[in-house]
Amino acid sequence: MRFDLDRPLELTFALAPDLLLIAGTMVLLLASAWGTETAKRQRAVGRWSIALCVLTLAAVIYMWWAGHTATRGAIAVDPFRWATDVLILLGAILAIALSMDYLERERIDVAEAHVLILFAVSGMMLLAAARDLMIVFLGIELMSIAVYVLAGLNRRSGRAAEAALKYFLLGAFSSGFLLYGIALVFGATGSTNIADIGAAILERGLTTNAMLLAGVGLLVVGLGFKVAAAPFHMWTPDVYEGAPTPMTAFMAAAVKAAAFAVFLRIWMEAFPYLNGAWHKPLWYLAVFTMVVGNVVALVQKNIKRMLAYSSIAHAGYLLVAVVVSNFEGASAYLFYVFAYTLATMGAFAVVIALAQTGERGQQIEDYAGLWRVRPGLAAAMAVFMLALLGFPIFGGMGFFAKWYVLQAALRPPSQTNLAIWVVGTSLVSAAYYLYVVMVMFMKARPAEAPSPLKVPGMTRFVIATCAIVLLVVGIWPRPVLRVARRSLPQLVHLSEDLPRAPAPPR
Amino acid sequence: MSRTYLPVLLLMGFVVFNAILMIGLSHLTMRSRPTPVKQSAYESGIPALGEARERFSVKFYMVAMLFIIFDIETVFLIPWGAYFRNLSCAVPLTNGLCPSGQVSMFGLVEMLVFMAILIVGLVYVWKKGALQWD
Repeated sequence: MRFDLDRPLELTFALAPDLLLIAGTMVLLLASAWGTETAKRQRAVGRWSIALCVLTLAAVIYMWWAGHTATRGAIAVDPFRWATDVLILLGAILAIALSMDYLERERIDVAEAHVLILFAVSGMMLLAAARDLMIVFLGIELMSIAVYVLAGLNRRSGRAAEAALKYFLLGAFSSGFLLYGIALVFGATGSTNIADIGAAILERGLTTNAMLLAGVGLLVVGLGFKVAAAPFHMWTPDVYEGAPTPMTAFMAAAVKAAAFAVFLRIWMEAFPYLNGAWHKPLWYLAVFTMVVGNVVALVQKNIKRMLAYSSIAHAGYLLVAVVVSNFEGASAYLFYVFAYTLATMGAFAVVIALAQTGERGQQIEDYAGLWRVRPGLAAAMAVFMLALLGFPIFGGMGFFAKWYVLQAALRPPSQTNLAIWVVGTSLVSAAYYLYVVMVMFMKARPAEAPSPLKVPGMTRFVIATCAIVLLVVGIWPRPVLRVARRSLPQLVHLSEDLPRAPAPPR
Repeated sequence: MSRTYLPVLLLMGFVVFNAILMIGLSHLTMRSRPTPVKQSAYESGIPALGEARERFSVKFYMVAMLFIIFDIETVFLIPWGAYFRNLSCAVPLTNGLCPSGQVSMFGLVEMLVFMAILIVGLVYVWKKGALQWD
């Protein structure tokens, strides 16, 4: 059906999966306040959280399957939203499963950790749905505040406290940029609705309006911070290293997916007619992010820092989808984030499995000779590294993910230079991804190296699922690709007899 | 349009100039003869005791945080109350009254949902013992 978003009941129904998640989360919040803080209760809340995520996933898939649409309003009801929701919920389920084992091992009996993940997820789902800059801001804050707390979950660790405070201060600052950008865009166009902004820019010829361009620039800064694009990436390595590893995985996968979803939607729907202005700056932002992420990752000794810089590099590849801002870019984003979520979650799961209590044993050198003691973990880690690299067959989906991003960049009007940068920086990334594989398989294990702890069930399940899905979809990508190709954002202003966006300049 | 902001700019310029002038003049004309009494911090005429940079109990922050949350609740409640007549009517008001049969529960339900969420938070902090001073 076509929801009329002006009527409260239909708006409620359009938000049903989000509301279901929020209501369930509040019940779990109260549940985690009762009783004593024990590992048992933490695991119970974790299990219920996963159940709630699965329930929400079912609701999302039902809404997707029902094929609802909506009138122009604050909320988008389109396949792009549902597909992004599925990716976010997938990341959340994996993260909750990982944190159940991790928190038990680190003796952090905080059941609220799962609840905070769920609150962050509800913010992310709001972001995926947002078609109004106020909803964007609400979603970003709901997501970020929960994630700030998650970063500092381990109160006994100085590094975690540093990470949380750094993330909080810089995040609050970037929210200021974002809000000021929203204010300027509102001042120039007279609306916070993304579709209305797009229409206003076209109708009133605001393409050279200074206030609007300043607003767009501030939006780039605010969103660039959330997706960790260079030069707004300074917080990323410290926060990713200091935060508890499952929360790092959650930040790297789901936070990035949600922020990119809203980035794409704003750029495709509100600013297509401004591309003469933002195309060059975003182009440089993408290239700079790819170069910084990949080059600095080369010299990292700590695996979590290395993965942090790798996630910056992947933000660069995903920015390509924003630079092209077409439907191919949107579907390439969905496919890419699916592959990236699985590979990142898997890689961090292996890091969790191999770390000793207290986040020790996270240097890349500690993985020397892993193949001899834990062949399964070593093989899975190799798959994740190759997937992040974009290696064919053994890297599974990773190869196709990069391939579709390149395809989106090469669609006319083709961005050949950008594609060359993607391929070139990916080649550089081979050095550090393959170094991990080399250390695991070819270096001898030092005699004094502690033997890895037994891998708990949930972590093992996450590692196995990620590796198998990556490999299977890598061999048979067509169904996933077909879904990604069909899950397009619905551009309201394009459907109302306005001319299509002009092609970006080369 | 920019002409209308000119007085503001002039005022800002005057303020900056004035501040620089006063600080600059006092710097140029003053004679520096410090004594320990002159150097000490002014605390309403009472000799200062100890350091100002002390550690406060985290409980104060807790109270401040909870205060802000319920303060914001009031901030939202007051305009809602002032506008409630319009919110509870499905059509625009005529002579400040809602036409019969057009009363809607929208405004009431919205605020009840908002308060329910806040009450969940209150129950949580209560249960966690954040309202207990010791």
